[in-house]
Amino acid sequence: MTKAQAYVKTEKTPDMPPPASSIGIIGWLRENLFSSPINTVLTILAALFVAWVAPPLFDWLFFSANWSGGPDACRADPTVACWTFVDTRISQFLYGFYPHEMRWRVDIPLLILVAGIAALVIDRVPAKRWVGLFMLIAYPILTWILLYGGFFGLDVVPTNRWGGFMLTLVIALTGIVISLPLGIVLALGRRSHMPFIRLICVFFIEFWRGVPLITVLFMSSVMLPLFLPEGVSFNELLRALIGVALFSSAYMAEVVRGGLQAISKGQYEGADSLGLAYWQKMRLIILPQALKIVIPGIVNTFIGLFKDTTLVLIIGLLDLLGAVQAGIADPNWNAKSVAYSGYVFTAFVFWVCCYSMSQYSRKVERKLHTGHKR
Amino acid sequence: MKFKTLLAAGAAIAMGSTMASASTLDDVKAAGQIKCGVSQGLPGFSNPDDQGNWTGIDVDVCRAVSAAIFGDPDKVEYKPLSAKTRFTALQSGEIDVLSRNTTWTATRDNSLGLDFTGVTYYDGQGFMVRKDLGVKSATELSGAAVCTNTGTTTELNVADYFRAHGMDYTVVAFEKADEVVAAYDSGRCDVYTTDRSGLAAQRVKLSEPDAHVVLPEIISKEPLGPVVREGDNNWGDIVRWSLNAMIDAEELGVTSENVDQMKGSDNPGIKRLLGTEGDLGGQLGLSSDWAYNIIKKVGNYSEIYERNVGPNTPLKLERGVNALWTKGGILYAPPLR
Amino acid sequence: MALKAEANKAAGSVLYDPRYRSIFYQVAALALVVWVGWFLTDNTLTNMEQRGIQSGFDFLNTTAGFGIIQSLIPYSETSTYGRAFLVSLINTILVAGVGVLLATVIGFVVGVARLSHNWLISKLATVYIETFRNIPLLLQIFFWYHAVLKPLPAPRAILERGEVVTFSLNNRGLYLPRPVFDTGFDIILIALAVAIAGTIFLSKWASKRQMATGAQFPIFRTGLAIIVGLPLIAFGLVALVEGGSPMHFDYPVMRGFQLSGGMPIIPEFIALVLALSVYTAAFIAEIVRAGIESVSHGQTEAAHALGLRNGPTLRLIIIPQALRVIIPPLTSQYLNLTKNSSLATAIAYPDLVSVFAGTTLNQTGQALEIIMITMAVYLSLSLMTSTFMNWYNAKIALVER
Repeated sequence: MTKAQAYVKTEKTPDMPPPASSIGIIGWLRENLFSSPINTVLTILAALFVAWVAPPLFDWLFFSANWSGGPDACRADPTVACWTFVDTRISQFLYGFYPHEMRWRVDIPLLILVAGIAALVIDRVPAKRWVGLFMLIAYPILTWILLYGGFFGLDVVPTNRWGGFMLTLVIALTGIVISLPLGIVLALGRRSHMPFIRLICVFFIEFWRGVPLITVLFMSSVMLPLFLPEGVSFNELLRALIGVALFSSAYMAEVVRGGLQAISKGQYEGADSLGLAYWQKMRLIILPQALKIVIPGIVNTFIGLFKDTTLVLIIGLLDLLGAVQAGIADPNWNAKSVAYSGYVFTAFVFWVCCYSMSQYSRKVERKLHTGHKR
Repeated sequence: MKFKTLLAAGAAIAMGSTMASASTLDDVKAAGQIKCGVSQGLPGFSNPDDQGNWTGIDVDVCRAVSAAIFGDPDKVEYKPLSAKTRFTALQSGEIDVLSRNTTWTATRDNSLGLDFTGVTYYDGQGFMVRKDLGVKSATELSGAAVCTNTGTTTELNVADYFRAHGMDYTVVAFEKADEVVAAYDSGRCDVYTTDRSGLAAQRVKLSEPDAHVVLPEIISKEPLGPVVREGDNNWGDIVRWSLNAMIDAEELGVTSENVDQMKGSDNPGIKRLLGTEGDLGGQLGLSSDWAYNIIKKVGNYSEIYERNVGPNTPLKLERGVNALWTKGGILYAPPLR
Repeated sequence: MALKAEANKAAGSVLYDPRYRSIFYQVAALALVVWVGWFLTDNTLTNMEQRGIQSGFDFLNTTAGFGIIQSLIPYSETSTYGRAFLVSLINTILVAGVGVLLATVIGFVVGVARLSHNWLISKLATVYIETFRNIPLLLQIFFWYHAVLKPLPAPRAILERGEVVTFSLNNRGLYLPRPVFDTGFDIILIALAVAIAGTIFLSKWASKRQMATGAQFPIFRTGLAIIVGLPLIAFGLVALVEGGSPMHFDYPVMRGFQLSGGMPIIPEFIALVLALSVYTAAFIAEIVRAGIESVSHGQTEAAHALGLRNGPTLRLIIIPQALRVIIPPLTSQYLNLTKNSSLATAIAYPDLVSVFAGTTLNQTGQALEIIMITMAVYLSLSLMTSTFMNWYNAKIALVER
């Protein structure tokens, strides 16, 4: 009796390792850079481009740059960045002509601002509502008292000595604080059932969205007294602020309107059926939902506003870019690299601010995204 | 009082809300300062230093007016204006006096609602070119690219000049003087044209100031002076006579250094000037020592000239036509009597 | 009905009637608007009268007396302010138009590149977007103008006197040959017009036939052949009859100070167009990315299941759907670009704000009229752009059955 031999395998064959060309670095390269002939060509072209641009750029920015020495060092080698120029002028770039010994009055609001924003952005910090209210209401007043003075024995620092990055922040933040509530009101007005109110809001929004900011600033800076009774006049900075705030409130209104439109009709009807009055309905039901959806849009409007503050240099206010330009015009620093260095520095400051804002808005966007993603 | 200030601040950044009143002098006194329109930076005329303090011959005119009114030359708020915004700012009441190397022309005086109150500096438009171009005269400039400021008489004069000589040109007109200089320096244009004082002032900003030459032609008359709004004659008079007082002081030999001794002088002209005789100050609505204050705190014309644009400054401008009429120039102030 | 009357009664007074309330609010708003309008107008008129400021639009007919560096229509120093206005308006439209075209092209390319499976390409696109949209536009204009274009060599340094060039990029701008049209050229233009009209007609017919019978027609290739071929034939015919080409080129020649003749493109224009389009393209790229991502992946899968290859899937399935999401925000980018072109005033490009609201305002001092005209022009440009884009949007919108 011969036993039938049968091959029975009792344990599982281990998986074969994937081919060497599809894992590890090589696999990643194949997958992401050389997946097809066209991709290969593109990759090579792009790599060549990077190799062409990056080394001289980094060399100019860091490795060969003038990090010390006066204007003469920069004149001696004008082909690389001149960071000593930025270094010697940095206090003017940041504070304008704000008196030296009083600069703590600028620093304190700045610290509170950073702390406040951190508290609002970091998820774990409690009592966001109160922090938010403080930042929107108490903080501007406090900042104003500190910056301008005139109370509690603080000397008055007239606004024409304000400048640099501090002025940029003042304009941008005021614009943000004013344009948000104004924009909400305008957006509600545009969706109102009262035809005349709607008409006014539509006109207002379309007008401010249709004209360039610099004509608005020009008007506010030199022509405003023509429109007011003789002798009545405002501070110049205030006028620029009003111009910027009205301008950005129109954009804000459109963003908020988008949020209002996205709320389903059922929410409105539900609120109505509960017997809520208009403002109750808006405050308790609609706006909390609508504003949450449009946080990315609001942040984007802020970013736009922040960048647009540079235009005040055209009407003679020395914001960060204006201060840098004034520095560049200084005949003592007439090396060619000075202008580039100044512009690169300004660009970097703005870039850091705007990029962090946009990253925050992305984060919120992702958090709010509940739809299907591929 | 405290409550009131609080209100003002609460209303936001409102600073100088003064109520309506007919006279600029009253407004200025109530505000405690003069709002003076100056350029955005023209060395020797009006230019902020590293600390943001304004200096220059145009600035000194404002300081003189301030000294005449307040006895203190520093009660001035300076508003840097571009060529574009200057007249609108004055018309709208944004500033009280415009002292910004502005040329006195008929159109400006007649149709803009403005009044010129005298001449601070007699200037003329000139051309600057790079030495290595080898150009010796403005008549050789056909086909050149010309850099200048927008909205100035300069822009019009250069058009007239090239047209009159049948020459082509292209004009690149910038808003700020600094931009014109930068563009010319980088070679965007062959020619830089503005008032000759301006050429001297801006030359120091070029990367190689010695590589450039100012051509001999003077193609226009540019009397530069302070401007006020039309309709307030008293205010115009104050600005006009503040300037005249400085010129007369030079003629009478009164300087900031000897003005205290001169108070005891027997010369009736000096007595009238310094207010020990007659009532010139009262006629202007000012105190009797108005001119004394100007000379003591700001100086006479010669002093402000030498300090800001004279041969010992980077601008190195000789007095030339701006010398007194008694010294071969055309500077001639009506008598203070 | 009865219930509502009851409720009204319960509330007790007209004060709580929403209809009366709404009328009251509107009347109050109307009163406020009228009062503010009257207040501003009255003040302005009083102030202008008091200060002896001239008003009216007569100044448009007086001689301007200043030169403008770039004008597409004939202009000289003896022309009027009205003409200067027209020149500057055309310059604004030119820079905005070229800017919009360039921004759209760059934006679409970068937006698609951002979604590329090629890691390097998509990272480069990301770097581009994040760099350019986070730096103020004014700074970018300064960068292109002061840092890129002005340091180019002067024409005198690189060209001999009398040298004729076909292409030259120097610190006076970009010089190209200018086509000059001689007699007979209008025939070629007519041929081109006929060819375009014919192609449109053909494509309508082709799509109708495809709807009816399913038969396809190679419309792209045929159309291209007609549009290129017909003018070429006309060109040949005209050349034969006239005994020479109906078009020749005017080349730039180096004279004294700079190149003359040809077609000069001033550096201010180049800097402005580059800055505007590079900046706006960063935003458009994000819009395009969001638009393409908004099309559900199921659409691609379904198209692949139907046997469509990648190209047709993109062209026939994805892009038409993505466009619906893309068009509205794209419109606001176009509007922004147009408005941002007013920053030209910072670098001496003779646009509306720089020439009209700048030089003209300064020479005439009539700030009110000039600013009003300027704002009105920008408003109508905005309205025209949005009307056009709304029309296009409605055309491609989803047709619900």
